[in-house]
Amino acid sequence: MYTPKLAAGLFTLTAVLLSVAPAGAEGPNLGQPISQTDLAPWDLTVMPDGTGLPPGSGTPAQGKVLFADNCALCHGDEGKGGLVEAVVVNNPPPLSGPGSVKSIGNFWPLATTLFDFIRRAMPFTQPRSLTDDQVYALTAYLLYMNKVIGEGAVMDAASLPRVKMPNRDNFFPEFPKLMPQRP
Amino acid sequence: MKTNRRQMTADAVAGNGLLHRRALLGRGLAFAGAVGTAAGFPAGAAAEPLAEPDWSLIPGDAMPPYQVPSRFEKGVVRLTDNPTSQPVISHARTPHHLLNGIITPNGLHFNVNHGGVPVIDPSQHKLLIHGLVKRPLVFTVEALLRYPMVSRINFLECGGNSASLFSNEPVQATVQQIHGFASCSDWAGVPLAVLLEEADVDPKATWLVAEGADAPHLSRSVPLSKAFDDAIVALYQNGERLMPGNGYPMRLFLPGWEGNMNTKYLRRIKVTDGPALTYHEAHTYTDPLPDGKSFQFYFIQEVKSFISSPSPGVGPKAPGYVEISGVAYSGTGRIARVMVSADGGVSWAEAALQEPALPKAFTRFRMPWHWNGGPAVLQSRAWDEAGNVQPTRAEFVAQRGQTKSPATWPQFPSHHYNAVASWAIDAKGEVRNVYA
Repeated sequence: MYTPKLAAGLFTLTAVLLSVAPAGAEGPNLGQPISQTDLAPWDLTVMPDGTGLPPGSGTPAQGKVLFADNCALCHGDEGKGGLVEAVVVNNPPPLSGPGSVKSIGNFWPLATTLFDFIRRAMPFTQPRSLTDDQVYALTAYLLYMNKVIGEGAVMDAASLPRVKMPNRDNFFPEFPKLMPQRP
Repeated sequence: MKTNRRQMTADAVAGNGLLHRRALLGRGLAFAGAVGTAAGFPAGAAAEPLAEPDWSLIPGDAMPPYQVPSRFEKGVVRLTDNPTSQPVISHARTPHHLLNGIITPNGLHFNVNHGGVPVIDPSQHKLLIHGLVKRPLVFTVEALLRYPMVSRINFLECGGNSASLFSNEPVQATVQQIHGFASCSDWAGVPLAVLLEEADVDPKATWLVAEGADAPHLSRSVPLSKAFDDAIVALYQNGERLMPGNGYPMRLFLPGWEGNMNTKYLRRIKVTDGPALTYHEAHTYTDPLPDGKSFQFYFIQEVKSFISSPSPGVGPKAPGYVEISGVAYSGTGRIARVMVSADGGVSWAEAALQEPALPKAFTRFRMPWHWNGGPAVLQSRAWDEAGNVQPTRAEFVAQRGQTKSPATWPQFPSHHYNAVASWAIDAKGEVRNVYA
């Protein structure tokens, strides 16, 4: 039968058991520690503030040559489209709902995304085959061709995060309550 | 058992022949004027005399170590594109019209692969957790298999599922073509919170950035709150290890959230104090709205349902009893109610929900229907336990918009479509996609 006395006894027993358990999470702890130097080759993430951008630089002129050699097969001459959609769009129509053209110049919120994506995923058949200088050059070329930066601009870890994308301020979350707030 | 016309009348619960769901229990169901025609046989025709079929007269085949469906089911397959692996995205869609229940067989689970299906040796694969943590850690597959695991039945839906319904004119396509980017499985794996705690996350961290070991190194940002809520590093799918197209040997699984965020071939988690705004979250699964602004970070696959049968290609063969069936699901929780209409939304009746109705999982709904052989428009509409309701197409389009000229399947004019869908049935029993 359940009595207050028995409950008190159980409470004491539970308290004793808890007191002998080690503090903190007792997981299997089967992860192997790794140093920042050793993990660096895998750290491809570029943040909007430029954190993660590597040393190096590139210009639209350098990118033009690289694009013809590495990208035009799928993206078309000067990025006008081919096997896949265009990455260079002249005078894109204003964004207006489903079916809008989402070009680098009229849609993309950040220039850092271009570097991050090209470095991790392109060329499609040979990802990670470009040097960081080449990725900067292709990023510069696409920004220039989409009329975001000038022909003489040099893209590097300092200049790329400062590129103001025209559509940057026109995004909002569907569920604001799910967006983390800084502590 | 007594059945009569009066009961038939009592069983009608909404317009154009919808019957009370008690008809599903097989009790007292009778259709005035339609008796004996349900399977397309002449009324009153007797069955042929019975004889032993060939397969009952000899022993059967040996059992293969891994069995596959009957050769007579060879048409039950995914709809795939890109068979020669061209350098474009590849898709495989689930044949909902040929399935029942709530579990998608592993071979029929949908896939979207942005750079082909990688062949990953699990003995060489590693998962790195780093960034805003005190102890960066590397986990092998073998190590993760030793962790305490959880398993849950959850749906997974691509943000692009049903996207062709953004077209201003209805595309002519099947349920597999339109809604084939949603599937439901029993996913088992290690709670991500356990691994993050071992790495000792910095209190000022708010996000993580996940990355795959596939060729595009596909990467997505996820709020840390989701990681500590119900995220797992999934290793098993319906009891066996993940299918290659679904992320073998491990993937991030975020119950109820946009498919693309559930990073496949998971190799790296970087804990951060903000989102990276990767290509797929800054560009692809980011939806322009009619006013020129855009949704970014959609996260939740909202409450939704669709009818899988009848549907285009699998319409009713003859007037009489038809079971209307489909799936409902919500990224917020359990399905509470599904209503069905046979007259294009003029009248509605509550469908039976097949148990179990689990949170963030397919819930099978069934609705008995007496098809009188005339035109009908079938619709389903779902509510979840949080009170969210699947919008009508008119409500949805008023907020999200539609194309200005007709789209063609398989275009993706936008993403995250969850409005009510409609199938029109003509007098021949042929079904087509309509807006109603």
